[in-house]
Amino acid sequence: MTQNATATESAHGLDGPLEIGGIEFTSRLIVGTGKYADNEVMMEAIRASGTEMVTVAVRRVDLDRSKEEAILHHLDPDEFFLLANTAGCYSAEDAIRYARLARAAGFNEFVKLEVIGDETTLLPDVHATLEAAKTLSDEGFKVMAYTNDDLITALRLEDAGCVAVMPLASPIGSGLGVVNPYFIREIKRRLEVPVIVDAGVGTASDACVTMEQGVDGVLMNTALAAADDPVRMSHAMRHAIVAGRLAFLAGRMPSREIAVPSSPTTGMLD
Amino acid sequence: MSADTIHVRLNGKPREIQPGHTVHSLLESLDLRAGMVVVELNLEILGRDSYAECQVQEGDTIELVHFVGGG
Repeated sequence: MTQNATATESAHGLDGPLEIGGIEFTSRLIVGTGKYADNEVMMEAIRASGTEMVTVAVRRVDLDRSKEEAILHHLDPDEFFLLANTAGCYSAEDAIRYARLARAAGFNEFVKLEVIGDETTLLPDVHATLEAAKTLSDEGFKVMAYTNDDLITALRLEDAGCVAVMPLASPIGSGLGVVNPYFIREIKRRLEVPVIVDAGVGTASDACVTMEQGVDGVLMNTALAAADDPVRMSHAMRHAIVAGRLAFLAGRMPSREIAVPSSPTTGMLD
Repeated sequence: MSADTIHVRLNGKPREIQPGHTVHSLLESLDLRAGMVVVELNLEILGRDSYAECQVQEGDTIELVHFVGGG
């Protein structure tokens, strides 16, 4: 049984819960379920991460081999909160269609809204994202919107009714870490809804640095699935998320480009 | 092409099926559990409680979707 480090921290009063759209989560890590070499490793990695919320995609049933590919044959929806995404959609219309299909599956009204604008960078089409966010929020969806690290778009998404805004650290699947910590901090400072950094985290230090910016959580997939040992990396990420969160809450010492001795300069021997 | 089949478009591919199918019986014939899929019929999402009454008609476009791994 994996000990949930985040739960331990929370029990000691060091951190509070993460609340998104009226639901409280203990873990600040959300993980994806794509690109794993096999489902057993995926489930072990998901459990090791300590997460309570996992993302899934909506796709046609492959009528030749439906049993193996259906994620719910492996993932118990009573154990994890399912966050369906609109990945692969390139227009507001498509994203809305996928979100409605996902909600019809009957688990919850949350959706990770993602509208891609460019095949090479997978950067979001923020205009289409905003349009879809408005429509879906009006329809009662709890929209968690993937977006770029642009403050104005983030503010507009909050105005549109999104329950969380999810700026990227860097492009999806790139593993480049937070390329613009200043903008991530600025978005966090200005929004009232939770800010979850989604995409671009590559390794534990990236996750830690991301959380040190003060954001509410991190969503990752490839960093775990594409690690040589996804289960071990999931443990590392669980610790990194907690470490970064507590470091942020603790408040770091000022950095300065001079040395300051830690031991007394008086009382030295002649 | 025989008279005792109807033609539908199922998950993007043309398919001949027996006439008289409901959505419910179509899912059964495909060995799919109703609770595991979402059905879109001619761009309208069907509620699960209507599968048993909803007849599959000649020319219908049917999409059967479910959750797969994704980020």
